[in-house]
Order: sequence, then C-alpha cells, then structure tokens
Amino acid sequence: MNENLAALVPELALLGAAVIGLLAGSWLPRRRQWIVAALAAVACATGLVATAVTMATDREQTVFSAAFAVDTATGVGRLIVLTALLLVIGMSVETVRNHAREAEYWVLLLMTGAGTLALVGANDLLMLFAAYLLASVPAYALAGFAKDALGTEAALKYYLMGALLGITMLAGTGLLYAAGHATHYGRLATTLPSAPYGLVAVGLVGVLAGLLFKIGGVPAHFWVPDVTDGAPAPVAAYVTTLPKVGGLIAGYRLLHQALADSDVNWSLLIAILAAVTMTLGNLGAFFQTSVKRLLAYSTISQVGYLLMALAVTTRSDLAQRSLLLYLAAYSLTNLGAFAVVTALPQARALDDYRGLARRHPGLAAVLVVCLLGLVGTPPTGVFLGKLEIFSATIDGGYTWLAALAVANTVASLFYYLRWLGPLFLTTDTAAVDSPEGWGGWSAVTAHLAGVLSLTLGIAGQAVLTVAEGPLLS
Amino acid sequence: MLSVVTFLPLLACAVLPLLPRTLPDRAYVWLWIATSAADLALVIALWVGYDTRGGMQYEQRARWIPSAGVGYHVGVDGLSLPLVALTCLLFLAVAVHSLREKRRVRSYVCLFLFLQSVSIGLFVALDLILFFVFFDLSIVGMFFVIAGWGHGERARAAALRFFLYTFIGSLALLLGFIGLCLAAEPHTFDIVDLTRVNPLAGHGLYAGLVLLAIGVGLAVKTPTVPFHTWLPPAHTDAPAAGSAILAGVLLKMGTYGFVRIAMPLLPGSWRHYALVIVVVGAVSVVYGALVALAQTDFKRMIAYTSVNHMGYIVLAVGAAGTLAGTDAQARSLAVTGAVTQMVSHGLITGALFLLSGVLYDRGRTYEMDAYSGLAAHTPRFAAVTAVAAFASLGIPGFSGFIAEFQIFTGSLASQAVATALAVTGILITAALFLIALRRMFLGPARLPETIPAGGIRDLRTTEALSTVPLLAVALVIGVAPRWLLDVIEPAGRTLTGLVAR
Repeated sequence: MNENLAALVPELALLGAAVIGLLAGSWLPRRRQWIVAALAAVACATGLVATAVTMATDREQTVFSAAFAVDTATGVGRLIVLTALLLVIGMSVETVRNHAREAEYWVLLLMTGAGTLALVGANDLLMLFAAYLLASVPAYALAGFAKDALGTEAALKYYLMGALLGITMLAGTGLLYAAGHATHYGRLATTLPSAPYGLVAVGLVGVLAGLLFKIGGVPAHFWVPDVTDGAPAPVAAYVTTLPKVGGLIAGYRLLHQALADSDVNWSLLIAILAAVTMTLGNLGAFFQTSVKRLLAYSTISQVGYLLMALAVTTRSDLAQRSLLLYLAAYSLTNLGAFAVVTALPQARALDDYRGLARRHPGLAAVLVVCLLGLVGTPPTGVFLGKLEIFSATIDGGYTWLAALAVANTVASLFYYLRWLGPLFLTTDTAAVDSPEGWGGWSAVTAHLAGVLSLTLGIAGQAVLTVAEGPLLS
Repeated sequence: MLSVVTFLPLLACAVLPLLPRTLPDRAYVWLWIATSAADLALVIALWVGYDTRGGMQYEQRARWIPSAGVGYHVGVDGLSLPLVALTCLLFLAVAVHSLREKRRVRSYVCLFLFLQSVSIGLFVALDLILFFVFFDLSIVGMFFVIAGWGHGERARAAALRFFLYTFIGSLALLLGFIGLCLAAEPHTFDIVDLTRVNPLAGHGLYAGLVLLAIGVGLAVKTPTVPFHTWLPPAHTDAPAAGSAILAGVLLKMGTYGFVRIAMPLLPGSWRHYALVIVVVGAVSVVYGALVALAQTDFKRMIAYTSVNHMGYIVLAVGAAGTLAGTDAQARSLAVTGAVTQMVSHGLITGALFLLSGVLYDRGRTYEMDAYSGLAAHTPRFAAVTAVAAFASLGIPGFSGFIAEFQIFTGSLASQAVATALAVTGILITAALFLIALRRMFLGPARLPETIPAGGIRDLRTTEALSTVPLLAVALVIGVAPRWLLDVIEPAGRTLTGLVAR
C-alpha cells in the first residue's frame, strides 16, 4: 500500500497551518494576530510549490489504498484552489483585521480549504463524504462569522441545507456500496454495470445531491443568495467559488471513474440539471438591486455552464480540460468581482456604483473586466472556458444544451450591464463612498484577479496543456 | 507589418493613461490624429507593395492556443485590404472631427483608439476565434461610446439594446464557428485551412444549421431585415463620431463576414440557400428605403438608408451563390460590386453622419421640420451635405454608382426579379434625399429656437476637413476606379471559384 505522505504536502500544509494557527492564535495579542494570516498564506504558497513540483516531475500516484488520487485533475484543481485561497486571504485582511476572533477566521478558512483539496482528490466514496464534511462544517461557521442577524440566518440556512443533503449523500453512498460491494471508484466501475439499476440510480442521485449542495446547483441552490448576502463579503467570495471547484472536480472524477460503463443515464440527468440551473440562476439575477445577491444568482448560472462539462464527461475528450479551464477562469473572475465589492464596503446596492469610474477608475476597470468576463466576452479567461465547454457539449451530442447556454449567456448580459452601465455616469453619482485609502488589500487583490483573468484568456494554452492527462484509479 | 498596423492604435491607447492629467484636451486628440495618420500611412505602404495578382499577402502566423485549434493568423487580400484602408481613413476623419469634443476627452480618445485596433484586427484576422474576439470587442467598445457620449438617458437604453442584440448575433456566430471547427479533422479554427478542407461538404442539414447560425450572427451585425431594429435607436442616440464609425466600419464586419467566412467555408449550403439570401437582400433594400422615406429625423433617415445599402450587398453575395443561368464572370462582378459597395458606403455614410453631427451641434435637434432654408445661412454646409446626399443615392461620378452598377449587372442574369425589385430602391432613396434636401436647405429661412441669437454657424475648418476628403475619395473611386478594382477583382474571382466548388 502506498502511504507516501509527500504526495499530500498541500493538504498537510493547510491542516498543519490550521493547527499551528489555532494554538498560536490563543496566545497572540490581538494586534499581532496577522501572523496567522501570514502563516496561512505561506501554507498556500507551500502547497502551490509542492503541486508544481509534483506536476513537473510526473509524480502522479494514488495513495492510501487508492482512496486519494494525485493526478492531472488533482494537480490543476490544487493550483486553482490554492491560488483562489490566496486571493480570498488577500481580500479578507481588512475585514477581519484586529477582530476579536481574527485567528479563528484564518483557521476556519484553512480547514475548509483543506476540505476542498480533499474533495478534489477523493477517489473513494467514503473519502468523498469525509471531504464533504471537512469542507462544509468550517464554512458554516464562517458564514455566521459576523454574528449579526443576517449572518446568523445565513449560517443556519447553510447548515440546515448542508446537513440535510449531507445525510442524503451518506444514504446514497450506502446504496452504492450495497449495489457495488465497494466504495473505491475503480472497483465500483467493474461491479456497478451488473448491479440492480434502481439501486445504482437512487444511490447516484443521493451522492449527486450532496455535490449539488456544495456547488450550489439547482435544486440545492436555495442557500446561495442568502449566504452570499448575509455573510461578510470575503466569505461570500469563498463560498461561491472554492466549493464549486472541489465539488465539480469530485463529481467529474466520480462519474468518469466509477460510472462510465453504468447503464444509468446520468449524462441526461446532469444535462437537464445544467439547463435548469443556468436558466433559474439567470432569471433570479434579473431584477436584483443588491450587488451581492446579483453575484450570488450569477454564480448559480455559472454552475449551470460548468455542469455542461460534467454531462459530457465520458462523451467527449474535451470534457476534462474544458472543465478545468473554466473552473480556473471562473474562480479568478468571480473573486475579482467580489474583491471589488469587498473594497467598497459602503456600496451595497447597484445604485451605489453610479459614477464609480470617476472616483475609483482602477476598481471600475477591474469590474468591467470581471463582469464582462463572466458574460464570456473575449479575451478574458471565461471566454476561452466557454469556447471549450461549448465545443465539448456539441462534441458530446448535446447541441440543444449549448444553444440554451448561448441564450442564457445573452440573457445574463442584461443584468451585468445593469451594474456596469451606471459606473460611467458623470451626473447624479452616488453619495455614499468609502473614505480614501480604505480597501488597500482588497483593491490590490481585485487588480491582481482582474489581470490574472485577462492573462488566462490570452495565455490559456498553459492551462490547457497541463489539464491534459489521464485520471488515476 | 500587419500586426503593427493592427496594434499601433492599441499601443497609443495604452500610453494615454500614463500621460500627465494636466495636458489640454486637444493634446489627446492630436495624439489620436497622429496615430491614425501613421496607421493610414502604413496601410498605404501596404497597398503600394500589394501584388495585384491576388492571393493572401503579408501573412503572419503564430501558435496561440494550439490544443483548442486557435492560432494567431493575419493576412490581407483583395477583400480585406480596401476595408482596412477604409477603416484607417474613417478613423482619421473622425479624429479630426473630434477636435472640438469637450466631454471626458481622454477616455473618449482611448475608446476610439481601442475600437480602431479592434476594427482593423477583425478585417485582417484569418482565424475564426481571432475574428470573434475582435467582433465581440467591437460591440463592447461601441456600447461604451453610445452609453457614455450619446444623447442623454435614451442613449443608455439604446446602447443596452445595441449590446444585447448584437451580442445574440455574436454568440450565434460562435456556435456556428464551433460547428465548423468540430467538423474539420484535425479540429481547427483557421480560416485558410478550413477553406482548403471545406469540412462541411455533403453534410446536408448539419451544414445548413451551421450556415443558419453564422448567417444570423452576421445578419444582425449587417443588419438586414428582420434583424435591423437595433440600428435606428443606436444611431439616433450615438454621438456623431460614434455613428460614423458604427455605420462606416462596424456594419461592414457583418457583410465582410459573408465574403470571408460564410461563402468560402460553406459553399455547398451557400449555393443551396442562395435564394433565401437574395430575398433577404431584396427585402432589406426596399424596406430600408421605404422606411427611410417616412422618417422626419435626419439621422434616423440616414440610418435606414444604411439598411437599404447593406441590402444591395446581401443581394449581390446571394446572387454570387446562384450558379444557374449565369457565368463566373457575372458572379465575380457581383462580388466585386459588393466589396466596392462596402467601401463606398463607409465613405459616404460616414461623411453624412459627421454632417448630421454638425447639424445637431448647431440646432440641438435632428428634426428636419425644425430647419428650413439653411442654404442661405450656411452655404458650405448645404453644399457638402448635398454632395454627400447625391453620392449616397448613387449618382454617376461617385463610388456608389460604380458599386451598385456592378451589383445589378452581376445579379441580373441569375436573379432577375429580385434585382428588378432592388432597382426601385435607388428610386426611393433618390426621392427621399431630394425631399430631405428641399425641406432643410431650400424654402423660407427658419431655424430652431435653440440656436443662439448670433445666428447659425457655417461649417468649421475641422468639420470640413473631416468630411470633404471622404467625399473626395468617393469621387476619385467614382471617376477612376481601376486602382481599387484591380485589388478587389482577383479576390472576387477567387471567391467565386470557391463558392462554385
């Protein structure tokens, strides 16, 4: 049995930093708690380096009875998660600086980050469920971090929904175990095709329910707007970005490795879920006046596009790289938009952004890049991602889904432009404004995310090259 | 060399924000004029060095995203070189016209330089995704021009409508491009490679659907009936400079797409559905002209004549896909006429929109009824507008005549009925321009009350310098067109051969 701990350096770095941070945080005075944040950033950087080394030296392997796969998808997933985590840390600095529970914030963030990494590499149903819990539980606490009314409601909703669908997921895991006599994907792949159809179908739906909760897809999306609106902005950025990376890669691996030969028509099920998710997300976003709620619904519709890649998991060779590229581009772009929101804490409604281009031209430019990026305007990264995902979908025989996604993309333009248009007003500008100098770290993060999102569009070849490679079982 | 031409304005756009904010507004515009002039000089150099035997020239090719089949590939031939030159000339004219702009000049210049790069890039792009990138960015740039510098609150609604409409088109286009790419083995978006392979030959319905997606995408941008409804509000509420670029350059992206992408890449379906395209063209011609006739707003009227003029082009490219009852020479004549019409419309309508901007500047309204007897107050303005109007209705001696004559001659043999119908379009445009000229320039002198007591001012030097050269080039093409046709004709013949495959 391969028990090579060196293959798990990124996960161990995050968990180790969480433990050290928790201990150190109990002793550090309040104004020195930033040390824990620095520790978290160092852990992320360590993880990035370790992942790069693993990928560059071809040390792909499976560890611990093949319950955890360190392969191409894990490598790219780790890069995305850790980069996104760094950006979230960057935009959180001002929100929690000198907060009584600052260290706890960083620790929770590190733990849920480690859970997300575990989701990415999970190659076994039990591992998948453990990762689900590790990623979810700290996130519930983060959602209620501010301890205000909205935050408490958000945390409660998030928790109840997560608990319900977690149980469903566990039940699904049980059913699949009963059907396939194994929890390891590789063995399930050989036993499930001959297992009772109903058992496999119900079990799979149960497991998918948990993953849908993580990524915020219909019908498990009800928590997304409330949590995004109620939680502090950096937490909202976190819950709408990283769990999607973890959940979607986990779903891809499950479908690709365990259910490729099963006669359950999960492909059509996911195609329908994708269609409903993108449409409902867009409809919900149409007439929002709060920027965070608008972004929340926009992330739901983005999940719809991402699910398209899952629908064609085994039907198109383009599925894997299109999924990974879109995830990378979406993470950067979405975090960029949230970083702008974080940098302007006074501006909560769309109206508060009137005339932003004059007061903060840099942030306005980032917002233009990120929102048009989310639409899929070239040359941003999401455009390239959309191009690949649409290609994969058509290649996989779901032309209707691609056409629907195009229609939804056009519809989404409407609400993004409702936000973008007022930025350039010169008369009748918003009265509320953040004082000068505030938003240093968030603004830097926003600019960084915007630039990365653009760079990914122009140099997307880099991601496509590393995203090409087999999954290990 | 082509990349330099394409990205020079973008470079200037990037330098602009670094300049000190204390510079006077005019300095930015002068920088824009210098950039555009340099770009035009480069294009003239390209034209001089262009081998008139045809073929793709000045090609540059680089790997970009090879695993997605996307590359950076640019080049010009007889179809694109005239349009690149037109783009540079028109942007230079608009730059001169903008010397009097006072509102947020720095961002304004930046945006137009960006648009110039994007427009040139589109015409030289030889990769479908590169084409699409520029196609989409042109929409984004123009959205901000209309929303930021248009006429008030209505402009933002018009800009939103413009964006939504043309964005739908661009995404339909993207679906079509993906369809083309997936049909080719290996998957590629390269236009030259796809032209050679002709991946959808014999694919029947699938090829028809791809043509439908690409056709709708381009038809929205062109625009043809029934996809034209975004055009009148966008034009009416855009600033004059924006309108001139929108009509002169951006509309050509649609028609250029037909000759660059739809025809050579989908020859089978193009021939199969040529009749549909011819009908759409003929309807656009007549409908555009009739609706223009009913307008009371000067700028809206010109906008509708654009629908009419674009209709001629669609008719010609449709006729070029009809093999029965015609020969290669007639079809290539139709294509040549179509490209000439693109250039001609850009020059003349660009000038007309700039002149309508002068009208708005003086009277703060485009309503034709508000003005009467302007010729007595503003003889120069009246003269230039009259020349532009006559040029636009296709009077011999100007480029419009050359273009329309070729289109009709090339289309008559194969599509006699549609062509005969389209000829009535000329009659109606003639009528509407004459009526407009009579209403505004002749008769008793009457001016809108918004004009200050000092009286109305005639054409300024910058305004004359931005419009008269455009009309002069149209005149040169009308009198001695060989220098232009020598470039277009070989490409027209090649394209006709590709369609007949």
